[in-house]
Amino acid sequence: MTAAPQITNKVHTGSKRPRPPRGRPKLRTSYAQDMALLNTPAKRWSTLLLVVIGFCAPLLFTDDLLQVLTLGLFAAIGAIGLNLVSGYAGQVSLGHAFFMGLGAYTAAVLGGDSEGRLVGFGLPIYIWLPAAGLVAAAAGLLIGPLAVRLRGLYLAIVTLGVVFLGLHLFREANHLTGGPGVGRRAPDLEIFGINFSASGGIPGLDWTRDQQLLVVAIVFLIIFGVAARNIARSGVGRAFSSIRDRDVAAAVIGVDLTGHKVLAFGLSSFYAGAGGALYYTVVRIIEPTGFDLLLSVQFLAMVLIGGVATISGAIMGAIFITALGRIAIEIAHVVPFVSTSVAGGGLLNIFQLEGILYGLLIIGFLIAEPRGLYGIWIRIRNYWKGWPFSY
Amino acid sequence: MSTNPVCEVTDVQLSFGEVKALNGVSFSIQGAELFAVIGPNGAGKTSIFNVLSGVYRPQQGSVTFGGESILGGRPHRIAKRGMARTFQNIELFENLTVVDNLMMGRHHHLNYHWWEAIYWWGRARSSELANRRRVEEIIDFLEIEGYRDQPVGMLPYGIQKRIELGRALAMEPKLLLLDEPVAGMNAEETEDMARFILDIRSELKIPMILVEHDMGLVMDLADRVMAMDFGTPLVTGAPEEVQSNPDVIRAYLGPMSEAAAAAVADGAPEEAP
Repeated sequence: MTAAPQITNKVHTGSKRPRPPRGRPKLRTSYAQDMALLNTPAKRWSTLLLVVIGFCAPLLFTDDLLQVLTLGLFAAIGAIGLNLVSGYAGQVSLGHAFFMGLGAYTAAVLGGDSEGRLVGFGLPIYIWLPAAGLVAAAAGLLIGPLAVRLRGLYLAIVTLGVVFLGLHLFREANHLTGGPGVGRRAPDLEIFGINFSASGGIPGLDWTRDQQLLVVAIVFLIIFGVAARNIARSGVGRAFSSIRDRDVAAAVIGVDLTGHKVLAFGLSSFYAGAGGALYYTVVRIIEPTGFDLLLSVQFLAMVLIGGVATISGAIMGAIFITALGRIAIEIAHVVPFVSTSVAGGGLLNIFQLEGILYGLLIIGFLIAEPRGLYGIWIRIRNYWKGWPFSY
Repeated sequence: MSTNPVCEVTDVQLSFGEVKALNGVSFSIQGAELFAVIGPNGAGKTSIFNVLSGVYRPQQGSVTFGGESILGGRPHRIAKRGMARTFQNIELFENLTVVDNLMMGRHHHLNYHWWEAIYWWGRARSSELANRRRVEEIIDFLEIEGYRDQPVGMLPYGIQKRIELGRALAMEPKLLLLDEPVAGMNAEETEDMARFILDIRSELKIPMILVEHDMGLVMDLADRVMAMDFGTPLVTGAPEEVQSNPDVIRAYLGPMSEAAAAAVADGAPEEAP
């Protein structure tokens, strides 16, 4: 057994990055290695594998499955946002649907075309996507100060009020939203002159719309996900968690409670706005009554089922919840008393089944695995790490 | 003694409705001394800490820290000026790891903005690394290397107390407030903690205010002691002086006979084995 090399005192900041010694990949020789985003070989390889599979997915799956996955990935951006404010900073927000709607409509107004009485500016994505985030963030910054005074259930109820206010706003602003039952078209996803929303948009590849959108979704999710992870591991993320765990101690240690709560709402709403704008480019039609309490609850379910205060958990939860409708259909094919049509016979239809699954999953996870899908993953990982021993 | 006190509290009055929590409390901390505050439950010891760290706002009196008034300042601003504190009931961030808890202590030493955290490279990364090094020095000082990556909620009580001390030390404070650092600890853990407190005084030269019920510890460690009862300071002085003061004995043991008090004052100040 060789002596373990000393931890170097030198702070590595330059271009020369320290590497673990050959043959001992888990030995840390600098704090930079320990603090790295992917600090073990297993994490690096599995992430690489996931990304490769992701980019190959358009060739592997059918279009309807790809669409579910794409919606899940865009919803994940919103779920990450909710996890920042509710999971990390511990401020329960039921207003997420409002911020998503705000982002979606900002995108539609700025990026869409004017048709009839609808206002549209036809601007490119470089403007409508950041604007969707910023407008939602601005609304979040207005809601944020409420969290300074209110906490827990009271804050939840105030943010619930925001959803209803938003619904009313979206319904009434006809020339912007198209009005209830009609809605308006979401802008096309056109980046660098390539229109991903139209089939065959990528020159040289004869891909369908769904294949193309999935690739865009992966790229956006990586950008938003890495940014969120960086926030979470920085002083800002730690301050969020400290406010969640012990707010008095956090203040006494030097955390500005007001500033950080407002920042959490702002960041979360930015993610919601951008996520909402992107999500509806897949859905195509933005209907104002869709941004109701149910949508907020769905996002809370994504965070709870995926894993509170984890970025990967939020992504897993978002994909899972988005796929729930599809899962219900698959169950209906197997189980005889579930019908696939609303009118048809049978004991249940798929929409009722989906609702029941929701409830059962939330209750089940809260009782059995409060850490969510992420917790299940940690258990599996620890089992294999410790194998053949139990721990 | 130096002419500039680190911290000076003058005639502080704090009341909650009709209840006088603090009534005319005055003291000053000079140099790197260890100042202890003792008194029965409800005497107002923790209230003093809450006034100092800005959690409570007294109705009257003045509090200066480093020559400037901190009265009415918000807790995080006072913390930034160099006031660190531990709590009677552990107030650690239980879902964060030991390293992250100590990094929280260095919160106001981080010199990057939140938007720099988003892309990480540059100032955010170098600042995190530099502060991580300081945190590791504290981990080394408190001998908690083995617990580094564990969430603090899972750790034993004595270790948690030590980490809380570490979090306060990570702030590089100019004044350290210790609220019952050995409460609920066994003899060995108490001894460890006493050694750390002595090390802080001799090596780091940080002035400390200590609230503690373990009289053996207080009398051994403190340079000066202030005894309180019902929000009113009874006596301030050297440990032996306070120990033999009849008012202090009365506060602790109730309205006992003067004779018994005198007996204690004359006779064996040594506590029973």
